[in-house]
Amino acid sequence: MKQTRTIEIVTGAFIILGFVALYVIATSATNIGSYGNAKGYVVTAEFNNIGGLKPHAQVTMAGVAIGRVSSIKLDPKSFSAVVTLQIDGHYNEVPDDSAASILTSGLLGEQYIGIDPGGSPDFLKDGSTIQYTQSALVLEKLIGQFFSKATAPGSK
Amino acid sequence: MKLLREPYYILLDFLEMLGASGLFLLHLLRYTPHALRRPGLIFQQVFTIGAMSLVLIMVSGLFVGMVLGLQGFNTLSKFASTSMVGTLVALGLLRELGPVITALLFAGRAGTALTSEIGLMRATEQLAGMEMMAVDPVRRIVVPRFLGGVISMPLLVGIFNAVGLLGGYLVGVVLMHIDKGSFWSQIHAHVDFKEDFRSGIIKSLVFGAVATLIAVFEGYYAQPTAEGVSRATTRTVVNTALAVLAVDYLLTAFMY
Repeated sequence: MKQTRTIEIVTGAFIILGFVALYVIATSATNIGSYGNAKGYVVTAEFNNIGGLKPHAQVTMAGVAIGRVSSIKLDPKSFSAVVTLQIDGHYNEVPDDSAASILTSGLLGEQYIGIDPGGSPDFLKDGSTIQYTQSALVLEKLIGQFFSKATAPGSK
Repeated sequence: MKLLREPYYILLDFLEMLGASGLFLLHLLRYTPHALRRPGLIFQQVFTIGAMSLVLIMVSGLFVGMVLGLQGFNTLSKFASTSMVGTLVALGLLRELGPVITALLFAGRAGTALTSEIGLMRATEQLAGMEMMAVDPVRRIVVPRFLGGVISMPLLVGIFNAVGLLGGYLVGVVLMHIDKGSFWSQIHAHVDFKEDFRSGIIKSLVFGAVATLIAVFEGYYAQPTAEGVSRATTRTVVNTALAVLAVDYLLTAFMY
């Protein structure tokens, strides 16, 4: 009887420990916190070139994460990339003339979208489109431009 | 001629084993609702399979996390990106190493115990005795063990990952003095709940089912001799390792 009770206690402790471990991992080692704020609003932005931008990349404003890239599609008519941004509900006062740029964190870091606020009294809302965008800097193109200028006649 | 015939027989044996274990799984699933009505039997197996493997899983998890932290630090310090050590440890554990290593350890610790236990029941004619008393041994012996394994595996994987992350933290933050804040912030920024955590849990459930199915199957169909049981036990470890790695590849290809 005593042995059965010990087995039951150890089994119960094991199950609780397992669930606690899963809970701790889910809450402290993942981005689950951002899912709670997902009930924000969705805006789109068109870019000529998104470089290495991926879904789930951060959207920041003044360095503060305010949302994530939810999807990236190619517009079949304009052949530009349509990036859908999920902005957290807390940040519902972003001017509608703000500009979106694709930036890189550090030299080897991943790409994200930085929003520079405009001065309009109207704010972005669900379904809005960000008009002013700046595409990703593509290193190969920059190097190509540098060499073409350096080898152009008249250049020193 | 013999050389040509050998692969043919190996393929036939493989197909036979795959078919037989598939049918056995259907048999188990048919009796699962009956077994769920007696949860005491299942939780007894959760104790034997899960709780008794706890120390092995925790010690292994700690060392795997520490090795990942050390290797990550050595490699990333060449690129001045040591703050990414936490991300490397967390992603490595949650996506791959947690489920896979736990399943391999599970095969060695709990799978062999299941096979030899059921195999010895077969060898000592306890299973035949049950059949004589009109008790289906699959329903009474095998299904609770199968469900116990399926329940235990995700819990063990969770514990392995949590302890592994602690090991990475000890090496990265305590030993190598990476900033504690950047260690956690990089993890939060790069480890996705749905893509990484949830996929790891799905993997662990599938591995739990695969590893336990192979263990009970080999035990149930073991030759009723000492040598037969020992061979079945060896086959459990080998087949589980191969099956887990193959299923891991397929799941990774589908999920990421």
